[in-house]
Amino acid sequence: MSKLINLISMGAGEVAPEDIKAYQQIGGFEALKKAMSMSPAQIVEEVKAAKLLGRGGAAFPLGIKWEHLLHIEGEPKYIVCNADEGEPGTFKDRFVLRQVPLRLFEGIAIAGYVFNSPKAYIYLRGEYRDLKEKLLSIIDKAKSAGFLGKNILGSNYSLEIEIISGAGAYICGENSALLNSTEGKVGRPRIKPPHLAEVGLFQMPTLVNNVESLAAIPEILLLGGQRYLELGHPDSGGSKLISLAGHCLQRGIYEIPLGRLTLRDIIFDPELGGGIADGKKLKFFHLGGQSGAIGHPDQLDTVYSYTDLRAAGLSVGSGAVVVMDESVSILEYLKAVNEFFIHESCGKCVPCREGNRQIHKILDRLLIPGAATRTDLATLRRLIDTMTAASFCGLGQTAAVAISTAWKHFKSEFEANVVDGPEHYKLAVG
Amino acid sequence: MQKISGDNFISEIVQKHNNDPQQLTSILHDVQEASGQNYVAEPWARQIAELLQTPISHVYEVLTFYSMFSTEPKGKVLIEICNSAPCRFNRSHELLAWCKEELGIGVGEITPDGEFGIAYTSCVGACDVSPSLKIGEDVYGNLNRSKLTQLINSFRENRPELREPLICQN
Ligand SMILES: Cc1cc2nc3c(=O)[nH]c(=O)nc-3n(C[C@H](O)[C@H](O)[C@H](O)COP(=O)(O)O)c2cc1C
Ligand code: SF4
Ligand code: FES
Repeated sequence: MSKLINLISMGAGEVAPEDIKAYQQIGGFEALKKAMSMSPAQIVEEVKAAKLLGRGGAAFPLGIKWEHLLHIEGEPKYIVCNADEGEPGTFKDRFVLRQVPLRLFEGIAIAGYVFNSPKAYIYLRGEYRDLKEKLLSIIDKAKSAGFLGKNILGSNYSLEIEIISGAGAYICGENSALLNSTEGKVGRPRIKPPHLAEVGLFQMPTLVNNVESLAAIPEILLLGGQRYLELGHPDSGGSKLISLAGHCLQRGIYEIPLGRLTLRDIIFDPELGGGIADGKKLKFFHLGGQSGAIGHPDQLDTVYSYTDLRAAGLSVGSGAVVVMDESVSILEYLKAVNEFFIHESCGKCVPCREGNRQIHKILDRLLIPGAATRTDLATLRRLIDTMTAASFCGLGQTAAVAISTAWKHFKSEFEANVVDGPEHYKLAVG
Repeated sequence: MQKISGDNFISEIVQKHNNDPQQLTSILHDVQEASGQNYVAEPWARQIAELLQTPISHVYEVLTFYSMFSTEPKGKVLIEICNSAPCRFNRSHELLAWCKEELGIGVGEITPDGEFGIAYTSCVGACDVSPSLKIGEDVYGNLNRSKLTQLINSFRENRPELREPLICQN
């Protein structure tokens, strides 16, 4: 029996992405029809029952977010689909956009109907601009077929979808920065509260959801929330798209049921990763994106679910699984992660803007025999704690997760070059 | 260096986007593409600001915030090599070394004829075919030495059909 499941990926590679008839033949737009025979509150109940957790990385329950927005006063309410996918090692939204865009549009239409939204925006990362024209032409086709645009399925409900291009800024994936960028402003995060559900795009109530989250909605309605839940883990229903990258043999996108497979299955099973390339050994894996935790081979028997991973100090995050073999230096790897955050820090707050740079200096010293002292380690610990606690947004708050988790697993390699040296750094940092 | 396609190319692009300030990033993308050198020069930024009736400081704020935009020429064919961890530990340095051999320039440099430039980029979402690089809107993965030569030659000889099979379709 296959270890994989195809809820979101159903039809991928078989049905041409723009072929509306073929999509209908595999059940496409049935969920939209069903939704439009239900009340918004009933739909929200199904999404709640499914226990779908946000697939963009923060894992917030969609049902609760939707219910909250449903009860907020104010018109119009906007839908914003987060297609900024900036986490290195993650390419599952690209898979949805390329292979099954109609399922995403159907999910957006259902969300639009729930909130009576006149307009939905897809914020498409700049690096995926090659998809924009294609997606626009598919939207046009779906409009002509009556599934989007004016009077959807002959009803009074109409929805326009617009695509906004990003331009290479990871921070724009953060939901409030995303809205600023969608408004044509610079993509720096906003202070919260107010909650985006209340004061969102153009100051109006707004729903921000990830591509994969929205693409999961049609199947939830077709199966019913309860059945969707049963296909996954009792705490988090359904499936997750995994982006498998790095040193495993079969890199790619895999849709797996939550709570059924272990990390070992994902990396080593012949149907999934197929093991490590070039006959090398697994050294570590990095889950959920650059902002996620680093895992040790000892943790391979952890079940892949939000609950089990959290208990093991790991996380699902974006669904990235980056596999690294024994040839990789953990410090060099962490330096690459840290350089990513230095590059992507928006510069708005000091702990993140400056903290990441100072961490870089210490990582550099840790790589040179005798260059780092015990004091450096203490400073590193303090920098990590300060940045995590005091940063303005999720970027700075999570930028050091990889470092602190790897430090635990690879203490001896991490501290190999450290000497009991002079204490002048203590003076320098106060 | 390629000459810009006429004096009013800026207003054409802005009009294509309905003079909509919300479309500023799309406008800047298009201007950069039309520039032939992957950048937005100051006079163009001024013209965009006027047409959108928005302060020039706002256009510059956006222009300098996003890493895909540049205020300096970057070369007609800008080769952006992915430098994020999954590629960096999967031979992205080889891609860079081969590009250097082919073009005689390094990261952040432009060939004397202005034809090619090399830059680093963060993950382009093609980690399944890494090491990856991006030229214009297209991503190329699973490259080896001879495919890279083929790719560069396709631009040198202006033969897009040579590179089409190399474009990542995942
Ligand atoms: C620095 C940062 C980057 C983020 N990048 C993304 C992203 O690329 N895509 C995404 O869907 N969510 C991203 N998020 C999470 C969003 O803020 C938000 O939680 C998400 O879009 C909500 O949708 P979901 O509940 O469907 O996941 C990011 C968050 C932070 C702090
Ligand atoms: S934590 Fe980093 S990305 Fe977030 S606001 Fe502060 S500087 Fe900007
Ligand atoms: S890390 Fe290079 S394409 Fe993702």
